[in-house]
Amino acid sequence: MKHLRHILLLLAVLLSGVLGGGVCGAEPVEGEIGEAAKEEKLDVVGIIFDHINDSYSWHIATVNGHHIEIPLLCIVRSEEGEWHAFSSAKVAHNHSHKGFYIAPKGEKWEGKLVAMGKDGELYRPLDLSFTKNAAGLFINAFVIIALILGVAGWYRRRKGDIYAVPRGFVGAMEMLIMSVEDDLIKPSVGKDYKRYSPYLLTAFFVIFVNNLMGLLPAFPGGANTTGNIAVTLIMALATMFAVNVFGNKEYWKEILWPDVPIWMKFPIPLMPVIELFGVISKPFALTVRLFANILAGHTVILALTCLVFISVSMGTTMNIVMTIFSVLLTVFMFVLELMVAYIQAYVFTMLSSVFIGLSRKEHHDGKKHNKE
Amino acid sequence: MSLLTPDLGLLFWMLLSFLIVFGALAKFGFPIITGMVDRRRAHIEESLRAADEARARLEGVEEEAQKMLSEATKRSSEILSAAVADSQRIVDSAREKAEADTTARMEAARNQIEIEKQKALGEMRATVAMLSVDIAEKVLRSKIDTEKEGEFIDHLIDEAENS
Repeated sequence: MKHLRHILLLLAVLLSGVLGGGVCGAEPVEGEIGEAAKEEKLDVVGIIFDHINDSYSWHIATVNGHHIEIPLLCIVRSEEGEWHAFSSAKVAHNHSHKGFYIAPKGEKWEGKLVAMGKDGELYRPLDLSFTKNAAGLFINAFVIIALILGVAGWYRRRKGDIYAVPRGFVGAMEMLIMSVEDDLIKPSVGKDYKRYSPYLLTAFFVIFVNNLMGLLPAFPGGANTTGNIAVTLIMALATMFAVNVFGNKEYWKEILWPDVPIWMKFPIPLMPVIELFGVISKPFALTVRLFANILAGHTVILALTCLVFISVSMGTTMNIVMTIFSVLLTVFMFVLELMVAYIQAYVFTMLSSVFIGLSRKEHHDGKKHNKE
Repeated sequence: MSLLTPDLGLLFWMLLSFLIVFGALAKFGFPIITGMVDRRRAHIEESLRAADEARARLEGVEEEAQKMLSEATKRSSEILSAAVADSQRIVDSAREKAEADTTARMEAARNQIEIEKQKALGEMRATVAMLSVDIAEKVLRSKIDTEKEGEFIDHLIDEAENS
């Protein structure tokens, strides 16, 4: 079992290097056969952004100039307030459907669905499309639910038998769950941690699974979900909600009427403004930290993989050397990103726990050192 | 750059998927797992405490038993020695009594013998005296007064006896 896991992990890392390189390279090389003569230059930035950005269809690979992709649902509301739903295949390759088309490169709203308004102005419709990232989120949600409910089912089947101790996979999951609860949530949140632990555990596993699935190079993984600011923003807002809605009186007093000399809060509410700024900056920090870490990891891996194709023009010897260099570094980065996947989930959960703990603290006299 | 501007559509889908996941896991997932683990922990803790208590009690019982045993041994030896002493005393006292008895009986017998002897002697003396008196009377009847001579003779016999 242990060996199998090691081998699978190694295979995943190796395959992702190979496939990532393959997918990465195949597209521009195919697409630029005609232009290769003109440009001779690989659009590395374009490739990277193609991979880390959201898209309307799920591109898997390009084989002999033929795109293999999963069409997804586009849902838009036009200027007139009409809702339109259609397959993304209808707007692929610069086609237009009912006036909607994907803005080409270099134009305003690049890569997004746009339409021409009545006044002749290009506008961006209300866009609730089920994009690649949305599909990825739901696939990952399914994975998480299957994972955790599977583990919970193991206990449910034993109907409260306290002598049942799980082994193997369920045991490992129990260890992971309890390590998060005991080492993170319990000390950070404090007394009534049981109330928050389902949310915090959910946040941990949502981020962790999304991070891991994002590292998989091809369908059903590969959607850069936690590297998208919308996703991390919702997570951070959920924490902000938990902090501010269930915060106690002491927490609000610290914000609106903190223990400082009166001139710092009375005519001009200096401290309350600073504290309120803190209320907003906390979720902002959570959003950006997770998003930027995952995005950076993906970008570095893609850039290293692209080294292989950049160095083609430098001659065969250089190409071989750079290829070896690139593969080794990509493998290293993948291992690093596996670690980051866990660390970022851990950090997000820990900070959420700490923020919640601060919003639940009891009033006591030695408040000063608590605040520091 | 579109990287930093959150997409409304994705915000919506993320919120939806997160709520679904949270609802499912917070209701059917984590509470069951953590609850089970907590119960198991409580059970283990309780069992450990019970075992500790039992061990402590067992130690106390053992000690008590040891104490009782030593006490019993002590008592039995005490009883034994007391019995030995008792029996010795009984034997001694019996012996003493028997000795005293024998002595007393012998004394009594001696006394009796003495008394008998005295009596016999007295009788004999009386008889002798009578006889002598009779003889003397018969002798002296002719010559002397019986009574005066009898006394004199008695006196003579006493003297002879005492010497």
